[in-house]
Amino acid sequence: MFPTDRRYTRDHEWAQKENGRVRIGITSFAAERLSDIVFVELPKEGAEVIAGQAFGAIESVKAASDLYAPVSGSVVEVNQAVIDGPEALNQDPHGSAWMVVMEMSAPEEWDQLLDSEAYTALVGAEQT
Amino acid sequence: MTDGAALRRSSLYEAHRAAGGRMVPFAGWEMPVQYAGLVEEHLAVRTRVGLFDVSHMGEVQIVGPHALAAVQRLITNDARPLAVGQGLYTPMCNPEGGVIDDLIVFRTADQEYLLVVNAGTHSKDLAWIQEHAAPAVVRDISDGVALLALQGPRAEAVLADASGTALAGLLPFHRLDGVAVQGVPVAVTRTGYTGEDGFEIASPWDAAPRVWEALIEAGRPHGLVPVGLGARDTLRLEAGMMLYGQDIDETTSPLEAPLAWTVKFNKEEFIGRPVLERQRREGVARRLVGFEAGGRAIPRHGCEIRVAGERAGTVTSGTFSPSLRRPIGMGYVPRAASARGGGLEIEVRGSPVPARVVRLPFYRRA
Repeated sequence: MFPTDRRYTRDHEWAQKENGRVRIGITSFAAERLSDIVFVELPKEGAEVIAGQAFGAIESVKAASDLYAPVSGSVVEVNQAVIDGPEALNQDPHGSAWMVVMEMSAPEEWDQLLDSEAYTALVGAEQT
Repeated sequence: MTDGAALRRSSLYEAHRAAGGRMVPFAGWEMPVQYAGLVEEHLAVRTRVGLFDVSHMGEVQIVGPHALAAVQRLITNDARPLAVGQGLYTPMCNPEGGVIDDLIVFRTADQEYLLVVNAGTHSKDLAWIQEHAAPAVVRDISDGVALLALQGPRAEAVLADASGTALAGLLPFHRLDGVAVQGVPVAVTRTGYTGEDGFEIASPWDAAPRVWEALIEAGRPHGLVPVGLGARDTLRLEAGMMLYGQDIDETTSPLEAPLAWTVKFNKEEFIGRPVLERQRREGVARRLVGFEAGGRAIPRHGCEIRVAGERAGTVTSGTFSPSLRRPIGMGYVPRAASARGGGLEIEVRGSPVPARVVRLPFYRRA
């Protein structure tokens, strides 16, 4: 079961509400699938991103993957530590290796995200 | 391979699942891409020893009094000097000088040659060989042969322990028949695709799990790990070896790739010779080069290469090198841009990444 204090996308990002903002990362399932992450490309502070569109990229030794924005809005904080040490994504994807904090521009999008139960079921289906 | 078509499984499928292998479709087969993790497996091969299942590769025999003539017609390298038990790496070309496949050919008996071919080209190769080998007899023995690769500085010790056979005298590209591992008769060749010392071990298809288990067991004190296709690719790329279908194919010639050494013009006629001779005389327009990229973004297969702002070619292979800790790759560029040290620009996700041409291989064992 994935943490119930946040929501998820079908592309394996998580989003967590705090003080009216949204913190975003990738799930442990995504990190494990990617394995050996060596490079992360994130938007700059102030960048506007649109839900469902690519706003960054992750390189593992194996392949490059796009990062998709769970919600629309502007980036207000970027985790420089994860850019400097991308291997943190393999170690603590739900915690210290968050990626950006966003100010939502369309709060109603939140309800489109999967809850923990739905995401757990999705991952279960992908694993079989 | 169309979607939904049944994927073939090697006789080691259950062993891979039990070892935590993540199975993926590859050239019509379901094979392990990784077990513990790509980097860990890669570095294990560089520093200790790793065990690969490469049973998806094909084995084709050419036999009879016309076998040597047929082999010579089919390949660009020269099989005449091969003693029984000796092999060599060679392209097999079409009449345009394009590479149908790259393979290893062994002389296994007086009038018998064994071609070890890529999985993805197996059926194409077989049809081509049958068409051009006559009157020599062609036999596809792939269904009966499982192939394991044991690679790394401790490979010799592990295989010696598992087989009770001394292997120090077995030279690179030589083959030893009649070795037994756990009572299973295997043929051992000192070959591989990693840049390390190592062996490829051919076993009867159904007995491969016993050989696999015996090697895992003998390898335990040496730090052996099972290795998947992911690390196989990063290892071979560091070693500057071609991946068929990516770095070389029917539209590229061995002289454009760094394979000129495998084309022997001092032998009789072979398929593709006139075109290759002309290329040698006039020079080729483009060359496959190795490059190192600056920064951390990784140029991948298909990325555009630019020289002085102009589109110059595409990346054929690219990865993050676990040994060198930086992005490396290969690609075709115009001959004028192929000199060592030359600057390239590679487009990765819309941004230019600077790169420079370096000598292949990227990694050479000490």
